[in-house]
Amino acid sequence: MEFFQNLFGDAWPLVWTLVKIVALTLPIMGTVAYLTLAERKVIGYIQVRIGPNRVGPVGLLQPIADAVKILLKEIIIPSGSNKILFVLAPVLAIAPALVAWAVVPFSPEMVLSNIDAGLLFILAATSLGVYGVIVAGWASNSKYAFLGAIRSSAQIVSYEIAMGFALVGVLMVAHSLNLGEIVKGQTGGGFWSWYFIPLFPLFLVYLISGVAETNRAPFDVAEGETEIVAGFHVEYSGMTFSVFYLAEYANMILVSALCSLMFLGGWLPPFNFAPFTWIPGFLWLLIKIAFILFLFLWFRATFPRYRYDQIMRLGWKVFIPVTLVWIVVVGAWMQTPLWLW
Amino acid sequence: MKWFKDFFRTFLLVELVQGMVLTGRYLFARKITVQFPEEKTPQSNRFRGLHALRRYENGEERCIACKLCEAVCPALAITIESEQREDGTRRTTRYDIDLSKCIFCGFCEESCPVDSIVETRVFEYHAEKRSELLYNKQMLLANGDKHEAQIAADRAQDARYR
Amino acid sequence: MIETLVFYFFSAILVASSLAVITVRNPVHAALFLVLAFFTAAGLWLLLEAEFLAIVLVLVYVGAVMVLFLFVVMMLDINIARLREGIWAWLPFGALLAVVMVLEMWIVLGSERFGLVGTIAPEGHPAGYSNTKELGRLIYTHYVYAFEIAAVILLVAIVSAIALTLRRRKDTKSQVASEQLAARREERVRLVSMPSGKK
Repeated sequence: MEFFQNLFGDAWPLVWTLVKIVALTLPIMGTVAYLTLAERKVIGYIQVRIGPNRVGPVGLLQPIADAVKILLKEIIIPSGSNKILFVLAPVLAIAPALVAWAVVPFSPEMVLSNIDAGLLFILAATSLGVYGVIVAGWASNSKYAFLGAIRSSAQIVSYEIAMGFALVGVLMVAHSLNLGEIVKGQTGGGFWSWYFIPLFPLFLVYLISGVAETNRAPFDVAEGETEIVAGFHVEYSGMTFSVFYLAEYANMILVSALCSLMFLGGWLPPFNFAPFTWIPGFLWLLIKIAFILFLFLWFRATFPRYRYDQIMRLGWKVFIPVTLVWIVVVGAWMQTPLWLW
Repeated sequence: MKWFKDFFRTFLLVELVQGMVLTGRYLFARKITVQFPEEKTPQSNRFRGLHALRRYENGEERCIACKLCEAVCPALAITIESEQREDGTRRTTRYDIDLSKCIFCGFCEESCPVDSIVETRVFEYHAEKRSELLYNKQMLLANGDKHEAQIAADRAQDARYR
Repeated sequence: MIETLVFYFFSAILVASSLAVITVRNPVHAALFLVLAFFTAAGLWLLLEAEFLAIVLVLVYVGAVMVLFLFVVMMLDINIARLREGIWAWLPFGALLAVVMVLEMWIVLGSERFGLVGTIAPEGHPAGYSNTKELGRLIYTHYVYAFEIAAVILLVAIVSAIALTLRRRKDTKSQVASEQLAARREERVRLVSMPSGKK
């Protein structure tokens, strides 16, 4: 450490930050790759199949094979498209998904930048993801892509509101916008002092909005194969396509991470006694993230696709009123001695 | 009362949880996947796979160029040309099946009066070029020679239903 | 040092993208440049330690307003040639407006009030200072009436916008989702056991 500090001199903080960013981004990308495998395996098992098992032992090298294949594919840029924006769109999609990880704490000390307005930062970063979708749909100069882009961006914008309101409840209870502080506010006994109990409706709303926000089944009308082929990324191929894919899965992991940080006590163990406290907090967080990701896959294997007007109705007429009502309830509850959190 | 019941059923996501329990149970169910190259599903003796032209035991080809198969083929995949051989019998000079057109309906086999054109159990053939899917008389006869034992056994097994 | 560099970097991008907003031909490009301008402006605010305002600028303007803006711009089929037709006739009027605006800005932002010479740089904040908390406190104490009035005005605007655009057509048929949801299996399905016919 000392040696490198001397080597880079004044530029050291910059270099060190870069190293940390790389150390954060690479595992995320690896997780994304293996999440695709997990998805195929889990959904396969639920459908009484066994999923991919040919590449490597029980298919463990499948994501690598997929990556190599997709890297070697040709990137086709449609002649009628807006070429700069067409190539820019995948970047716009993946950048916010990765940027938001800057403020996600993995343990009390392990956080890239411990800023006070972390929650707001995440909201702002995720709200930018929609640009990738819109720009992709428009730049493709294709009807299907455009329809898919309009669908998914309208969906993202609507569910962001419900999501934001759900987070308002969390920050009311935690008295802080800093994600580390939010987790610290959940210390106490065991799982019963986590926020998902007093904020149960908000937890559900957040989870479901998270599914809708990432355009996952059953809210995947944006790429409803039966209606509009593949949605906003019909015209994409090769690496440009896979970047969209990466962005979708990175967003999924982000939503799961936030959900476990804000409602499921982050790195805190569910019970405060011996066998549970042995496991390091970092692992607990990973277990919680994995559980919510598993829920995502389970949803996809279980529910049929929503109709588009039902999605909009659910977002605007159910989730937003539910969150508003529960914010008021929590606000009143917090003023009474019955408030235990 | 009913209103309250429905309200809580909806907001506690009862039906969704029921659905997830069902799919969750299947997560642990026994998997029925057949691992293809190592394991194979049982085949019927009436399986319709790759075509073959058969011969009699003395080595004479069965086909008499009646062109019934060509006529019945719904995909127009069969092309036959014929002429008189020196011994006065009518034989094909050309018997082509375009496997890229064939729909494996088995009509050719049904229509054949001498059980010459048959469909074998072979289904694992492949082609890297389109032209490799255009089978001519020699290739079909070779198929027949190769699989004659299986073909004959299948026909014998099915004989009493014909 | 680095802060100054970052400031000039952001400022250069901000000025360039703002210029691009009004000079590029393609309206979608213009909207996207506006997004970039908002973004860099937020970066500048971050340098002023106004992180709440900066993030909210991104969240509201970039994340929501500009998305809807882009929607509209993408849907419109703008004929650039027709837009340029009256340019010479309107130029004097436009120029006059621009001059008036510059004058107004000069009066308001002029050196007497906002001059860099007179003002003292604000002191740095202690470590535990939270911009968000401070803003919240001010809004709900000192500026509570102004804030509530602004909220009511926005609410009225929302209601009126919906009232203006909402129209119920009598001749259309559509599902009523609440009725569909209220339907229960027991009300719709009746299982009848029938003996199968004898052959």
